[in-house]
Amino acid sequence: MLKIENLHVAYGGIQALRGVCLEVPDGKIVTLIGANGAGKSTTLRTITGLVKAQSGSIQWDGEQLLGKSIDRIISSGIAMSPEGRRVFPDMTVLENLKIGAYLRKDRGEIEKDIKWVYELFPRLEERSWQLAGTLSGGEQQMLAVGRALMSRPKLMMLDEPSLGLAPLVVQDIFSIITQINRQGVTILLIEQNANMALKIAHLAYVLETGNITLSGTGAELLANEKVREAYLGKHKG
Amino acid sequence: MIQKKSKKGAVTALIACLVLLAAVILLENISLFLPAGSVPNVLKPTSQLFAVLKKGAVYSLAAVSMNLLNGFTGLFSLGQAGFMLLGAYTYAILSVPVADRAAVYYLYGGSAVNFSFQDMFGSLFGAEGLGGAVSLGLGVAISMVLAGCVAAAFAYLIGLPVLRLKSDYLAIATLGFAEIIKAVFQWQALGPVTNGANMIKSFPTFSSFNITRADGTVLLRLSTFFPFLVSTICIAIICLLINSTYGRAFKAIREDETAAEAMGINLAKHKMLSFCTSAFFAGVSGAMFAMFVTNAQAKVYTTTMTYEILLIVVIGGIGSVSGSVMATFLYVACSEWWLRFLDNETFLGGIQVPFLRAGFRMVVFSVVIMIVVLFFRRGLMGSRELPDLLKKRSRKEAAGS
Repeated sequence: MLKIENLHVAYGGIQALRGVCLEVPDGKIVTLIGANGAGKSTTLRTITGLVKAQSGSIQWDGEQLLGKSIDRIISSGIAMSPEGRRVFPDMTVLENLKIGAYLRKDRGEIEKDIKWVYELFPRLEERSWQLAGTLSGGEQQMLAVGRALMSRPKLMMLDEPSLGLAPLVVQDIFSIITQINRQGVTILLIEQNANMALKIAHLAYVLETGNITLSGTGAELLANEKVREAYLGKHKG
Repeated sequence: MIQKKSKKGAVTALIACLVLLAAVILLENISLFLPAGSVPNVLKPTSQLFAVLKKGAVYSLAAVSMNLLNGFTGLFSLGQAGFMLLGAYTYAILSVPVADRAAVYYLYGGSAVNFSFQDMFGSLFGAEGLGGAVSLGLGVAISMVLAGCVAAAFAYLIGLPVLRLKSDYLAIATLGFAEIIKAVFQWQALGPVTNGANMIKSFPTFSSFNITRADGTVLLRLSTFFPFLVSTICIAIICLLINSTYGRAFKAIREDETAAEAMGINLAKHKMLSFCTSAFFAGVSGAMFAMFVTNAQAKVYTTTMTYEILLIVVIGGIGSVSGSVMATFLYVACSEWWLRFLDNETFLGGIQVPFLRAGFRMVVFSVVIMIVVLFFRRGLMGSRELPDLLKKRSRKEAAGS
């Protein structure tokens, strides 16, 4: 279980997170929604150690993550698929996946996991020798998710997997996310597409200017009047 | 299955290397087997061909080591000549026979380093015959490895501050380092070690590897074979590194530093590893360059030399080892041999051919560079390797049939 308490993060003088508290229970899909600049990506980047926190605590299975190096955090079972996909464009699909398993030493298991990722995304297997930069946006997102899975995480964090994708492709990606979750991977999902995210989430948080303002199950928030107004495009009346 | 395939590729590559080395020995010695009158000029040991092959072997290692850093890790460094200088001097200082040191360092009343590996092994195995050959080989090998190590050590020290910089800033900082090193090695106060601004000479060179009879006639030439052997081994090691998980991490850093970091790749560690490895092999190639020109002299290792190597890397394709090697031989052959005529004033039927005079070769080169940069930005090979081309062709043939 991931437990964040009273997390403060600032970029220079700009306060990005002002005391965020949230919990990600094992085996659940948890989503964090909010407008641009609310601090969603900052939360994820702080968990992986790419950004240093000012104060607060991030506990992962009872262990403090703040202050640990990135490679130790990742080998403790947390993986991130960064915003905007960020696949390595001049490397093949297979090489991209192997980079995902960079911190692992068990070769046989890595081969197995490559097969597992190819089962989840048959499109990637067809294109395993193709350069990642030549894939379509949807395929690149699949690759980014697959690459994150290659570190065999207990918790996978996805930063806006629907960014710039057609609605049908978004549905594909989300159905695979639920499938991955059913196989036992905890998921922390950040989304602008609040409708889709809330539909699959067990637990949801709303982040506004660095504070958690609302939380509840996905269905509760979907029904919440305020959320409908602010994030689902529902007008009063 | 994937692993089986790469094993097969490795065996093929190994066989190709052995064939290449055998071909070099054969080419070099063919003049010994032919009757004296019928040897074509090209195959005579004094021919330009062998000078080109030797220099090509030396430069290809320098180019591949630069490609490892600039092409595969994406760190744009221009310190190559500096590291080659370090390698050349380390090799020279450790290899001049003790007996010759007084003559080499006469301005400084002898050398501060009165020791050479060849003499050390010579006292163990004997200085003549087979023992002499063994002590020459071991002495040169150890001096070359140390040449690489010294270059790598310096790379580590300057890498600590410099590798925090990116792109242009890194290039400027490493360029500055190369210039400083060049000035330091010409400093009078270091004379007893570096021989100041004078050259260090009389160390074993490529032609020391020719096997001669007691009367001085050559039995078997190995002077071209030796640089090929060293370069092949070193480039093979670089290829192994590139194809390992480290190599994959280097490429990931080149493509996207943030994403690489998010995969758990330690940026500082891998950049340093790439920088030091590149410097190590640049040092070895510097040692070989000293052997090629038969002296070590700081003023030769100029920025122009770095640019020459950079040009080779760009022509060959940034991110392609085989491209760098092919471009090296092409470049060296053109500049040393095929395009020499551009520098000579020529008369055809009593009329002087316009433009042909000393320096015109460099003009042509500049034009070639502009054409390459404008129209063939990906170079000869892009980021592909030689086997990729063959694979594609066979796939096409399969599709056609």
